[in-house]
Amino acid sequence: MTTDALAQASNAAIYAAMITLTIAMVAFAISFAAGRRRVAAVAAPAEVMVGEGSTGILTRTVSADEPADAGRRSANIAMSLTWLSFALLLAGVVMRGLWAGRVPWGNMYEFSITAALATLAVFLFLSLRTDVRWLGLFIVIPVLLTLGMAVTVLYTEAAQLVPALKSYWLVIHVSAAIICAGAFTLGAATAGLSLLKAGLVRRSIARTGSADGVLARVPSVERLESLTNRVVAFSFPLWTFAVVAGAIWAENAWGRYWGWDPKETWAFITWVIYAAYLHARSTAGWRGSKASWIVIIGWLAFLINYFGVNFFVNSLHSYAGV
Amino acid sequence: MSADTSSKAEAPLPPLGGLGFLRWVWRQLTSMKTALILLFLLAIASIPGSILPQQGNDPLKVKEWIAGSPSTGAILQALGFFDVFAAPWFAAVYLLLFISLIGCVIPRARQHWRAMLAPPPAAPRNLERFGGTVTVCVPGNGDAALAEASAYLRRHRWRVVEGPPEGELGPRWVSAEKGYLRETGNLVFHVALLCILASVAIGGLFGWKGNVIVKEGGGFANTVTQYDAWGGGRLVNAEAMTPFSFTLDSFEVEFEREGSQRGAPRFFEAKVTSRGEPGAAGQQSIIEVNSPLEVDRAKVFLVGHGYAPHFIVKDSTGTVVFDDAVVFLPQDGNFTSTGVVKIPDSEPQLGLRGLFLPTVSIDEIKGGQSVFPAPDDPAMFLSAWTGDLGLDSGAPQSVYRLDSESMTQIGLATLRPGQVWEWPDGTGSMMFTGFDRWASFQIAYDPGKEAALVSATLAIIGLMLSLFVRRRRIWVKAISSTGDSMTGAATVLQVAGITRSSSLDDIDLGALTDDIGALVGAITHDESTVKSEALSKEQM
Repeated sequence: MTTDALAQASNAAIYAAMITLTIAMVAFAISFAAGRRRVAAVAAPAEVMVGEGSTGILTRTVSADEPADAGRRSANIAMSLTWLSFALLLAGVVMRGLWAGRVPWGNMYEFSITAALATLAVFLFLSLRTDVRWLGLFIVIPVLLTLGMAVTVLYTEAAQLVPALKSYWLVIHVSAAIICAGAFTLGAATAGLSLLKAGLVRRSIARTGSADGVLARVPSVERLESLTNRVVAFSFPLWTFAVVAGAIWAENAWGRYWGWDPKETWAFITWVIYAAYLHARSTAGWRGSKASWIVIIGWLAFLINYFGVNFFVNSLHSYAGV
Repeated sequence: MSADTSSKAEAPLPPLGGLGFLRWVWRQLTSMKTALILLFLLAIASIPGSILPQQGNDPLKVKEWIAGSPSTGAILQALGFFDVFAAPWFAAVYLLLFISLIGCVIPRARQHWRAMLAPPPAAPRNLERFGGTVTVCVPGNGDAALAEASAYLRRHRWRVVEGPPEGELGPRWVSAEKGYLRETGNLVFHVALLCILASVAIGGLFGWKGNVIVKEGGGFANTVTQYDAWGGGRLVNAEAMTPFSFTLDSFEVEFEREGSQRGAPRFFEAKVTSRGEPGAAGQQSIIEVNSPLEVDRAKVFLVGHGYAPHFIVKDSTGTVVFDDAVVFLPQDGNFTSTGVVKIPDSEPQLGLRGLFLPTVSIDEIKGGQSVFPAPDDPAMFLSAWTGDLGLDSGAPQSVYRLDSESMTQIGLATLRPGQVWEWPDGTGSMMFTGFDRWASFQIAYDPGKEAALVSATLAIIGLMLSLFVRRRRIWVKAISSTGDSMTGAATVLQVAGITRSSSLDDIDLGALTDDIGALVGAITHDESTVKSEALSKEQM
């Protein structure tokens, strides 16, 4: 294949992924809405949580959130489409790399399509281990937004790397950061959902005295929070690694391992916020919704680092290429 | 960090007396809630450092910012906002955080040490209360099964104790615990953070860093006076710096010529000959971005490059008063470069102000500008001055600026390489012969960086242990023996467990279920007889 054909194929694959992902989004949305309609008929699980901070026993009844069938079918369709989108996106990213003759993360367009791929990958990986179809809508939306921004605002022709990026640390440092982008997005989605559900449950209890049927398709608030915790537990060491790998590279490229460049500063801020989350998980009065807010703030800090620093601040990391 | 003390939501009032008060302050400082608040403060305090220009990264921008809005600028500067990461209030936050950390780590380390030495606690009286008990019926009096259980657990690196202790009555049990590495990892992580801070401090005190511009063919020897800018830690002996030297033999650079990234650099390479000490044999090497030269624990990094136009200047008598390449500083991505030549030895003194354009393009409105960074069509715009350079006043002057206050302009000219410019009235003449390139190097020595790397690696390992290892306990208890006419004597065993981690998580529970299932399988050799219930867990 000639290089131009590769470029066209890469772009076509990414557009195709966006189309299938859009259909997946609709299917996820239908399933989500169907879940809401049918919930009145389904008894909400009994959740008893005893004691915060002290020794408590959590009794869980076995899978009481049985979703409605209509919703289940469209959720399954959506999952299949998400797998298809993942394959298309993977093909697009790989061809982009082949076209450029290097790892496909030399500018923001490439970071973005790879980050979208990583987000889908983390989500799909999780879906293999546990049922997360209810989460699909909240993963597909940010992924589509990222891809949309990538193909419109950020698009850059593939080019060789600037000398500063010519290092194997590019592969190590940036891939870790990109996987973190996916994981942080996932964590923010589960944290946001737990806040949403907790709020709706509270409102429903105030109004009708019962939380039956509130976002029944979505797992319980406790389970959402535990999932958030798991995602952060996975991404925090990886983020630490990404920062340390960046420091090693910086030492080799710029002569210092840490120089408070805006990108480094925001990486530090993001790190500190997620560290605060982990501490909040074992501080009475900070578990639950406050901890979920911290996860969302951490994700925002990550976004500021990604978009804000690349576009608005004069940083050594300005490789946007746009 | 510290164990959770904030279940009493309001802090208790400080008891009377100085010592009591200090103890109260210490307890507050080392509480998890304080650590949390300090973490947030640290995040917030860092933000201005990323928005405002910082002295350490871009002192010129700081000056511009203050010049732009002097009153706000003066206030911000007084408060240290242009040097946030060296500001006392920033230091206060992280030092308090680290004190809080030490206050947490020491008692926890002591506690953990004790827990590691102590055997796992005896099996609780009532295993049913854990909800997830598995009941197994084994033949015989149960001794064989219990022995098998403890052998299995030991084999799988559980810490096992059997009971009841001698002299005590009651049912026999096996108690096992695993996952001590969780707390070990947690402590290692926090201690490693302290070590990173210490490494940074060592680097700050004993390290040094300097920048120097070297022209092609030029040389550099590692003494403070040779640097254009040099900064060292408080404990650096500037006299005792490694006496290495190098010469820049050639510098090559290539730029992108096609596409939307036209003009972006693609390749830099500085060929140098270095000497470890004066008189030593020269060693040729290549310095590239991402590939510094290491000389005796100091590293030489390539950080920039530019043009050094070469001039030959003759005075009114025709004597050559200047013959050298002069470093011009690039002003934009296309290397529109400015520089000055000062000739104090001619009579009267001469000065040149130049604008070098590697690929010239004359614009009707903007005048001359460079449109490509490579020297495809180089041109030099010059103004020549005569009079007093002002060098004798003793005030320090920048080599890149010509103070023309007490000088008069001779004229303006545009020169191509090789062209000569004769000044009017026999003042003299000059020739723009061509140009060399220069490269700028950062030379850095940081004795703390290896320690920082080791600490950071330990921190990551500790972090992963503290997040992924599960501390859990399993008990096996023989609760009753029954006589059965069909099978002979049999014993009912109960198996139960808890996980102790800070998260309520069914994946944790799943792992414990697997542990119990495997153990029961090992005891019964047949998992089908197992009666299982939903698991529960204890929260730490």
